[in-house]
Amino acid sequence: MSTTQTINGPAVLELHNVAKKFGSVVALTSATLTVQPNSIHALVGENGAGKSTVVKIVAGLYQRDGGEFLFRGESVDFGSTAAAKQAGIAVIYQEPTLFPDLSVTENIFMGRQPTGRFGRIDRKAMRDEAKQIFARLAVRIDPDRPADGLSIADQQIIEIAKAISLDARLLIMDEPTAALSGVEVERLFAVARSLRDEGRGLVFISHRFNEVFALCDTITVMRDGAFISTDPIDAVSEDEIVRRMVGRDVTNLFPKQETTVGDELLSVENLTATGLFHDVSFTVRAGEIVALAGLVGAGRSEIARAVFGVDNYESGTVRIGGKRVPKRNPAAAMALGLALVPEDRRKQGLILESSVSRNATLAIRKKLASFGIIRSASENRSARIWADRLRVKTASLDTLAGTLSGGNQQKVVLGKWLATEPRVLIIDEPTRGIDVGTKAEVHRLTSELAGRGMGILMISSELPEVLGMADRVLVVREGRITAEISRAEATAENVMFAATHAEGVAR
Amino acid sequence: MNSVETGLEPKQAERRAVADYGNPVWRRWLFSRETAVIAALVVVVIVASAVVPYFGTPTTLAFLLLDATPILLIALPMTLVIITGEIDLSVASTLGLSSVILGVLTKAGVPIEFAMVICLLVGLLAGAINGFLVTVVGLPSLAVTIGTLALFRGIAVGLLGTTAITNFPVFWQTLVQMRLGTTGIPVVMVLVIVLIIIFAVVLHFTPFGRGLVALGLSRDTAAFSGVNVNRAKFIAFVLTGVVSALAGIYWTLRYGSARGDNAVGLELSVIAAVLLGGVSIFGGKGALHGVVAGVLLIGVLQSALRLANVSSDAINIITGVLLIVSVLSPRFLAWTKGLRSRPRAGEPHPPL
Repeated sequence: MSTTQTINGPAVLELHNVAKKFGSVVALTSATLTVQPNSIHALVGENGAGKSTVVKIVAGLYQRDGGEFLFRGESVDFGSTAAAKQAGIAVIYQEPTLFPDLSVTENIFMGRQPTGRFGRIDRKAMRDEAKQIFARLAVRIDPDRPADGLSIADQQIIEIAKAISLDARLLIMDEPTAALSGVEVERLFAVARSLRDEGRGLVFISHRFNEVFALCDTITVMRDGAFISTDPIDAVSEDEIVRRMVGRDVTNLFPKQETTVGDELLSVENLTATGLFHDVSFTVRAGEIVALAGLVGAGRSEIARAVFGVDNYESGTVRIGGKRVPKRNPAAAMALGLALVPEDRRKQGLILESSVSRNATLAIRKKLASFGIIRSASENRSARIWADRLRVKTASLDTLAGTLSGGNQQKVVLGKWLATEPRVLIIDEPTRGIDVGTKAEVHRLTSELAGRGMGILMISSELPEVLGMADRVLVVREGRITAEISRAEATAENVMFAATHAEGVAR
Repeated sequence: MNSVETGLEPKQAERRAVADYGNPVWRRWLFSRETAVIAALVVVVIVASAVVPYFGTPTTLAFLLLDATPILLIALPMTLVIITGEIDLSVASTLGLSSVILGVLTKAGVPIEFAMVICLLVGLLAGAINGFLVTVVGLPSLAVTIGTLALFRGIAVGLLGTTAITNFPVFWQTLVQMRLGTTGIPVVMVLVIVLIIIFAVVLHFTPFGRGLVALGLSRDTAAFSGVNVNRAKFIAFVLTGVVSALAGIYWTLRYGSARGDNAVGLELSVIAAVLLGGVSIFGGKGALHGVVAGVLLIGVLQSALRLANVSSDAINIITGVLLIVSVLSPRFLAWTKGLRSRPRAGEPHPPL
């Protein structure tokens, strides 16, 4: 299939300079994407490049703030996902949500069952159509079985069948292969090709370049919420695409101090939890910042949570300063000098309905008690020390944490954990969703802490942050550490390459 | 190191300590939910003393407190359970079971002091069963305790049938009824007050209490902060079982009767009083002084209405309406607040 085909009729989808803001956060500045009928179009970019926002605008979940959105040649404005579906747009997600207790057929026709006389549901018509769709896709799924227990691959096929029964002209597949096995991927690709040959337009989002190059005919690269390029797939190389994805200047907002690396503080050996991560081993030494890089969903946060003891793992050991950290016991890990600033600060880091003071002292509540009793005065004293040191902007210490800005919330969480005086600090996405100024403050603080001999394990999806802060970069791909790259050798290209390629990269 | 110019370094003058509180003490105290309940209690007491004949007498006070004691006792650990976001509906059945066991053992010639210890252990076991099913097995506490409500009551009735045991040592029966001088305040209130103080301190001034409140507000954050969520909930259920059994001992001695159907339906009065006292059914919010005021408010109201010859059906209706109003009022206040500051509500969350 070549892209220089004669175009009969208008493009299925055209986006021109679409913009989207959430409050002060700019998600898209100028997204541009043209999808032709009879085509499978790859959309690639780093985490946070704006791919998901594009999908959600096309699917009617978000409304754009600016730019043009044409569907089959007509300017459209979908107020809801239902309107977008009705018009002929279908989105297949990584993990579809079906009604587990209903049959496959019922799931396909949910909400628009064909009716016979007196408004009764025409089960036979429904079943026949489902069978016919499956025959067309050359897949074998029993239309009468309940959706519960179907593999993710089969669930995606059900979603595709739903799209076909609605005669969707545009199908968007958002990382559909992330949870599929090799055979299942092949089947999905065969289905995708037959849909293409029926004249539909497909958008395929994936981080796996081998799949992108095997399936797609056109490729669009996005970066920082903006359109970068669109090319026929045979006109570009993998290396070129990677360069375009990461090709920004790594700005010097990263005040990395040179430190002398000391003794080994944290050592993780052969940590395994089935389905999440496998055989993970690494160490963090005093004064060192080690970054866990990789794609969202690669298993980095899961590793951190298991190390800290919030989640369980099957085998392997975690040691701090040579002492074994017990499984599933964060309190014991804290006592040994481990702290975790979690990924989701609103759900895991803070109690939004509680005061700044209570939040800042939650992790040290046992140390604050004298003769088993905690007094507000000692709580406030400790909270004030950290609020001042980290320059938290809050009206007072009894202000509810949920009312602070994202950056200040993150400072409260950092203060909460620094108050425990940890020897090893794990920070999971420490600067996600906070403004540039506070970001720099967090970076400086992190660097300072390492300078004073703390061991730091930083999980970050932002390459500049990883490259700017880390002494060593460990790249995680699909639950395994696939590469270890020193500060001197780490580049955006080789980190990204290791994060997306099965073969790994030269050490 | 070269400090990075971010334009964020605060000028020295701006740098000041953060204030402890946004509002002065009296304001924070005056506008709290607990203060409202206490105020309602005071108003009802004043009005009833003025209007209802015999309300202000020591005898009325004595009976009011003796009646309120089982609810007051069980409300203390129930507050802990509800603050963790769970509920225990089996308390009245545990009370009944404890009462029956006290009767059966005493009748069999076991010294009553020893029988009381057995009762408390049975209560501990009952609470541990609830706690085990909720925390280890992971079932919802509503379902678990509806089940144990029937189970414990079933065992109690099964042990004694429809008969009652009424022979208890006079010493213990008079001790429970005894008053402090001429005040009308029962001696038993000393024990109740000691327990109130212990529970208040545990909930509001200990690391364990901080953990309970934290996990009621955000289970994940509590777990990430080193709170042992399951252990905390388990302890709350065990405490509830033990105190319910204690209330069973009290009930038996006060009425001089061990029956399988003692205190049927009391769990609803307990939960009603706890909610009236300002504890959120969704967990995380509430204070023990509010709960004590809530129990007394219901007790005073019922006592006064009964003295005023209001029928018991009407009393039930009034208590029911009061409860609904009290549960709705914070939501209503939040809703009116929401109307005044609209824009934040509909804003989508940035996809980060």
